[in-house]
Amino acid sequence: MSGSEIPLLQLYRTMLTIRRFEERCNYLFMQGRIPSTLHLYIGQEAVAAGVCAHLRRDDYLFSTHRPHGHAIAKGVEPRAIMAELYGKRTGCCKGKGGSMHVGDVRVGMFPAVAIVGANAPLAAGAALAAKWLDKDRVSVCFFGEGAANEGAVHEAMNMAAIWDLPVVYVCENNLYAASTPFSKAFKIQNVADRAAAYGMPGVVVDGNDVEAVYRVAGEAIARARRREGPTLIEAKTYRLCGHSRSDPRTYRSREEEEEWAKRDPIPRLAGRLKELGLATDETLASIEQEVQALIDEAVRFAEESPLPEPEETLQHVFWTEEG
Amino acid sequence: MAMMTIAEALRQAIREEMRRDPRVFCIGEDIGIPGGFGGAFTVTLGLSEEFGHERILDTPISETGLIGVAIGAAMAGLRPIADVQYGDFLFCAMDQIANQAAKMTYMSGGTVKVPIVIRAPVGATGRGAQHAQSLEAFFTHIPGLKVVAPATAYDAKGLLKSAVRDDNPVIIFEHKLLYGSKGPRAERGALSPVGEVPEEEYLVPIGKGIIRREGRDVTIIGKLLTVYRALEAAELLAKEGIEAEVIDPRTLVPLDKELILDSVRKTGRLVIVEEDNYTGGWGADVAAMVAAEAFFWLDAPIVRVSAPDTPPPFSPPMEQFYVPSAERVVQAVKSIL
Ligand SMILES: Cc1ncc(C[n+]2csc(CCOP(=O)(O)OP(=O)(O)O)c2C)c(N)n1
Repeated sequence: MSGSEIPLLQLYRTMLTIRRFEERCNYLFMQGRIPSTLHLYIGQEAVAAGVCAHLRRDDYLFSTHRPHGHAIAKGVEPRAIMAELYGKRTGCCKGKGGSMHVGDVRVGMFPAVAIVGANAPLAAGAALAAKWLDKDRVSVCFFGEGAANEGAVHEAMNMAAIWDLPVVYVCENNLYAASTPFSKAFKIQNVADRAAAYGMPGVVVDGNDVEAVYRVAGEAIARARRREGPTLIEAKTYRLCGHSRSDPRTYRSREEEEEWAKRDPIPRLAGRLKELGLATDETLASIEQEVQALIDEAVRFAEESPLPEPEETLQHVFWTEEG
Repeated sequence: MAMMTIAEALRQAIREEMRRDPRVFCIGEDIGIPGGFGGAFTVTLGLSEEFGHERILDTPISETGLIGVAIGAAMAGLRPIADVQYGDFLFCAMDQIANQAAKMTYMSGGTVKVPIVIRAPVGATGRGAQHAQSLEAFFTHIPGLKVVAPATAYDAKGLLKSAVRDDNPVIIFEHKLLYGSKGPRAERGALSPVGEVPEEEYLVPIGKGIIRREGRDVTIIGKLLTVYRALEAAELLAKEGIEAEVIDPRTLVPLDKELILDSVRKTGRLVIVEEDNYTGGWGADVAAMVAAEAFFWLDAPIVRVSAPDTPPPFSPPMEQFYVPSAERVVQAVKSIL
């Protein structure tokens, strides 16, 4: 696959949408417009974009406490995500879920799971169902390197391997699990090395290079569609923001952050687009405008939407046909 | 006397116990990372500087593993204080707690002890369904576990120290809105009671409740945050000439039954307030106990105020509906007067 076969402009648009969405969320949180806490995805956009570009609407996606980027890339409407963060009734989970549980099953994204690692067995289960019920539908599970040390993740990957399940595990290794650096939680260099122990292919990829992510994910997802079994992808990346709300990030150095800021996937892709002659400064500026307009609209929608009535608490404990 | 938040009082208790006994150590996620958070709510902040990283042991994100390792270490002679960042994650480690820690002493015919302390934050703080549950009843149901729930700095320190010295597994539930965590870890809407804590050594015995306010008309039992809701309600009721007695059990297992029964025998009325779901909540068991043991002193049905039988919702108006308020306690009292 050469550069030109990759939908780079589309990937750029997705990544920029995620970035601007997250920046706006952060601002709105600081302004007190968004309650609770936020786990932002700033810096990791290439992973969500590069993987989800291969997914169909009916493919399954399982996300984490840091789900906004995955949701946008999978096609959940930004306005519905924003409204959810505001706790509004028009949110993608009707205000029941909040930031850590965004999702929209109509576009294949189940509510994100905030119990670290707990989404891995669910993703295997959905893959099991897809294998029985569908021709080539696949399941994708995003998780952090921190999650890789949960028993649930090991158990799930082993089952995915022995049953050749059509699932792709995408470990976003951003080097820190909350404050815990990778080296304190692993004796090995690569999470992907564990794939050998489960009996599935394991691939390490530069998670800040969207072209590389796109290629690797394309192969893994195609393999799952062909019903040849699961893959573990480890995308090496970095969150260019705090873990959650006002994290002072005193557990890592400013120098390290600056190093990684130089590898920011978005300017990197912008440069590549120009180099390949796929975009000019004007094209990029007009994408920027479109994205800003989309985010503005999402915020307006969230601001203007009604809060749920308190009694709505009692709805949706059990599933009903009426919803 | 020093004035302290609950987070500070817990930290002080851990520090004193670790100084006293070299077998005591802390194990958990993000508890001692340099430049880190000192646990999800700052309780272990600064302790790794004094005790080093062997005794403030940071783990990978592996709840089954870390709780299990702590239990094994306790069986073999150490005295761990294990923590999970949010109580909800105890479910990940449920086998280790319910099948291993709680049953070792029994299965061994009383020959193996498991002196572990497990600390777990509970309560709704705007984080949605998987970071907000009040889990006490799951654990009070398991024979072999002691369960404590301090609501003041004094009790937090005294009970944690007693828990460390107890030769049985003790789970200590802490309410997120009571910690008084500072800086970036501060919680919006927190009550953060600051309380007096003596300079000298003291313990609060496990199994002893306390009367937080005396009254003759009705007994209100709260725990953790709902102690404060009960006290607010008592204040409102007093304005109308109704004298409520407020009891804080402090320990849920073993329960200070006599304190509760004596109060009910005096007031003839009982309201139990908790943040847990209604069905199968801890309060249901207290109500059953009082009905069985003080039936002839009761002048009215026992009323329970709790969260409804739903998961904790995210959106603020729904969360406020979910969590019991002082007003709901007042209404409950009036419904039986
Ligand atoms: C079972 C469980 N344990 C602990 C937590 C608290 N927690 C939330 S996010 C996080 C760090 C997760 O790190 P990682 O999996 O690498 O993902 P990242 O945050 O880096 O995206 C922790 C410890 C949790 N939510 N669930």
